[in-house]
Amino acid sequence: MKTFDYLRPADAREAVAALAAHPEARLLSGGTNLVDLMKLGVERPELVVDVNRVDFGGIEAQPDGGLLIGAGVRNSELAADLLVRTRYPVVARALLSAASGQLRNMASTGGNLLQRTRCTYFMDTTKPCNKREPGTGCPAHAGLSRELGILGVSDACIATHPGDFAVALAALDAEIRFETSDGPGSLPIEEFYRLPGEHPERDTTLPAGAVITGVRIPGLPYGAVSTYRKARDRRSYAFGLATVAAAIDVEDGRVRDVRIALGGVAHKPWRARRAEELLIGGAAMREQFERAAAAELAQATPTEQNAFKVGLAERLIVGVLTELTELRDETEPPESTDTTAPTGPTTGDDA
Amino acid sequence: MSIQELAGTPGALGEPLPRLEGHAKVTGAARYAAEHTPSGTLYGWPVQATVGRGRIRSIDVEAAEAFPGVRLVITSANALRLADAGDGELLVLQSDRVAYRRQVVALVVAETAEEAREAAAALVVRYADEAPDSLLSTTQPALYAPEKVNAGFATDSEQGYVDAALATAAHTVDVEYATPALFNNPMEPHATVARLVGDRLEVIDSSQGTSAVKASLATLFDRDPESIRVRAEHVGGGFGSKGSPRPCVVLATMAALMLPGTPVKVVYTRQMMFALAGYRTPTISRFRLGAGTDGRLTAISHQAYSQTSTVQEFAEQTAEVTRHVYAAPNRLTTHRVAALDVPTPRWMRAPGECPGMYALESAMDELAEATGIDPVELRILNEPSVDPESGLEFSSRHLVECLRRGAELFGWPERRRGGRPTDGAQGRGRFLTGAGVASSIYPAMTQVSGATVTALPEGRYEVGVNATDIGTGARTVLLQIAADALGVPAETVVIRIADSDLPKASVAGGSSGTASWGWAVTKACTRLRAQLDQGAPLPPEGLSVTVDTTEEVGAMAERARFAFGAQFAEVRVDLDSGEIAVTRMTGVFAAGRILNPRTARSQFLGAMTMGISMALHENGELDARFGDYANHDLAGYHVAVSADVPAIEVVWLPEHDDALAPMGGKGIGEIGIVGAAAAVGNAVHDATGIRVRSLPIQPDSLLGELAQRGR
Repeated sequence: MKTFDYLRPADAREAVAALAAHPEARLLSGGTNLVDLMKLGVERPELVVDVNRVDFGGIEAQPDGGLLIGAGVRNSELAADLLVRTRYPVVARALLSAASGQLRNMASTGGNLLQRTRCTYFMDTTKPCNKREPGTGCPAHAGLSRELGILGVSDACIATHPGDFAVALAALDAEIRFETSDGPGSLPIEEFYRLPGEHPERDTTLPAGAVITGVRIPGLPYGAVSTYRKARDRRSYAFGLATVAAAIDVEDGRVRDVRIALGGVAHKPWRARRAEELLIGGAAMREQFERAAAAELAQATPTEQNAFKVGLAERLIVGVLTELTELRDETEPPESTDTTAPTGPTTGDDA
Repeated sequence: MSIQELAGTPGALGEPLPRLEGHAKVTGAARYAAEHTPSGTLYGWPVQATVGRGRIRSIDVEAAEAFPGVRLVITSANALRLADAGDGELLVLQSDRVAYRRQVVALVVAETAEEAREAAAALVVRYADEAPDSLLSTTQPALYAPEKVNAGFATDSEQGYVDAALATAAHTVDVEYATPALFNNPMEPHATVARLVGDRLEVIDSSQGTSAVKASLATLFDRDPESIRVRAEHVGGGFGSKGSPRPCVVLATMAALMLPGTPVKVVYTRQMMFALAGYRTPTISRFRLGAGTDGRLTAISHQAYSQTSTVQEFAEQTAEVTRHVYAAPNRLTTHRVAALDVPTPRWMRAPGECPGMYALESAMDELAEATGIDPVELRILNEPSVDPESGLEFSSRHLVECLRRGAELFGWPERRRGGRPTDGAQGRGRFLTGAGVASSIYPAMTQVSGATVTALPEGRYEVGVNATDIGTGARTVLLQIAADALGVPAETVVIRIADSDLPKASVAGGSSGTASWGWAVTKACTRLRAQLDQGAPLPPEGLSVTVDTTEEVGAMAERARFAFGAQFAEVRVDLDSGEIAVTRMTGVFAAGRILNPRTARSQFLGAMTMGISMALHENGELDARFGDYANHDLAGYHVAVSADVPAIEVVWLPEHDDALAPMGGKGIGEIGIVGAAAAVGNAVHDATGIRVRSLPIQPDSLLGELAQRGR
């Protein structure tokens, strides 16, 4: 491994100052992604700024019914929080569907948002990758693309944002807060993440030198009627082939409001605005869900290897909305003795 | 049979003695090869080719040599010349040719592993690269018929007239089944520590058999075998990938010989294991089955295709197993292999039987559907009275009993769904369930081995046998065998294994270890017991007997020897996602006498789990443009995790077989993976009506068909 300098600032201001003095430095929080990338040679920082000693605050209830979450709160701690579990089951379930118990104990709220794609070409320094080395090309389009993006992709890149937490946040219109040398700032999550376009090397619009301090989730009265579903190749410790975060408000059989975000399908958590628009005001029935899902996925431009994700994402949207509106008996088949069945918000699949 | 039902003295053969080294392992006291760090140890880091095929034009070693701590850089320019020991993969750093991506092109040796790794990254290698040819297909121009296939079996075999029989058969099946490249991935990465002490070469290697490592090193480096000692006290799994020497032991030894007196350690990263440790070749099996209206097979044809590298031929014996399972008058098996620009495939748990039975048992399920006969009954109908290939009598064969007992325990055929959905509130159930069955078979082999035993004063005994315990419990069962043969309590016996200074013994492979080593131990202990019983004096240094089993193994009667089993799986398919979960599994085995029920159960359970993993998860993803398996780590290459594995029921039938080694047991390390993936795949068909003929079965294997069927 390349040798590097190591700094452990006491507060956010010191961390910001260190980044200002060393623009190529990397922030270390849980380290669950950065350390891997350093071993692989994908990241080769001269300086690592460890923010684990910085107190970014805990989990605070907000007057609007929302939550403010400090950047250093660990994923496992956040998933277990009673406020999170009752106000936003979608967040707890997304967190618990991610990684493994050990990784969630390390991964932080801020660091999780900045994890890099797991596209195999990005991770392999012996192959071209526009995200890792701009201008070298994208072998994924005609290569191993089964797990890669189908929505908002570009010729330069079809990588996906690999996370689950951010997908839940996208459904909830969360706001990412940060500190810069010019003072504090914030970005709505939809602007925080970006599509690859001509510059896949940039995952986010976070200003250079900024340190994420926290995440604010606005109050959502029907947030309790929310969930997260993740389709994957094994039942734990696998990235989503497609995931759905959704919350829905139904009154008298009609959809008053709905939030849907998709994961595993784009360079950013994909807010399904088209589907939402079609659903709001309409009947809460399966045929409507199917129509809305199909309209959202009509924008997809998949490769041959990942074309299945179109139908998969549609099925997941319909399945999740059906579940949330209790249109279907979710009881496990009686003959099953499986103990890892879909669970309530208090237990993850890995728990 | 439960553990509680067994009675007898603790530690005796047949008793569930816990692993002798269990405590040391779970407390971290047991040291694996990489954990040996003699004072002054240097670290070797392999540098791997970044092209899929070609020639090294130049290697600029100066930049790497200038790094702090670097003591030696070995390339083909300064490498020791090696003699061929029968495996081209071991001829490391001998030429400028690159035969596959990630082949070793240099070794950087430094004072710390980190220094070696960074200097290795800085090494500038220039290549004249060519486009690799790395994709296996049944029309690959590089296909040829090898002289023989793995383990010395005939490449092709033919009885009767398959084509004619198929032409007149009432029912036929003509299908192709494919398995991907599969990687052994034992928990412990391959590692070696080597040191030249005087003229004695001391090696600690992560190996399944140190006698073979010693012999290979002697040939490769042209040294007296007696000047070489190889040990492997604790090995963290191998699944075949440590069954023969791997490049790491040659690299570490070469560096140690170039730096006399200095210990050199080479440890693979997980990523390196995907190119430098061996793997299971992808396979394609074309099956043609013909049957009469009564379901009796009239023709079986299995044409198997696999790959090898350009440095060493390895021909997986995929179709060999088909020669022994079901009766049919007209039979054909063939093997074709393509030498491609890929790492050399090698042994992985049940080479041949595992992919071959996946294909055969899947095709049998298709025949059951075609004939309308229950899959269990179809198998029973085609039970042969003698080995179909050789005409030899089976030493024992209880496949039918396994099928019947398994059906009863599992609830067959009640569990079959035939693709009917489970009921939901509005008739829109989210899940489909189904059940599948497959037969298991694995040869019961015995190899020549040596052993030594010493009676010591105060009623103590020391047994030495160059077995290796790769996590199976071999050490423990050998102690039980010795105690039984000596007629003494287990606690009076000390056992030494995994040291090439002990009498030569066979590898921990082919599920043959316990039978082979155990026979030698039995013979040595029996002789010693006889000498002691006849009043032989016991000198203070002890009384020793050393034997080998050349005579006994050579005198074994001609029989077809196999263990058999039946596996039943239940799956649940989520219609919202196409995700498949195995919800129940039952395996029933007839494998002779079970010598230690505790460790035996682990072997069956672990192998069945690996079969689930093969069915649903494991997939070496080749990018043919680069010629490499791109998902080369455990995040990208999925093995089953605990959440994927349901409660697995493992049962064995009492089986008495006189034609085996004297302990009466058949090997059990591999049979559990044989047929498991077919049982899962057949259950997926039962649940969905969809026949997936290529592994792994994943959501995208089902979603398109489900949509077409309006599901």
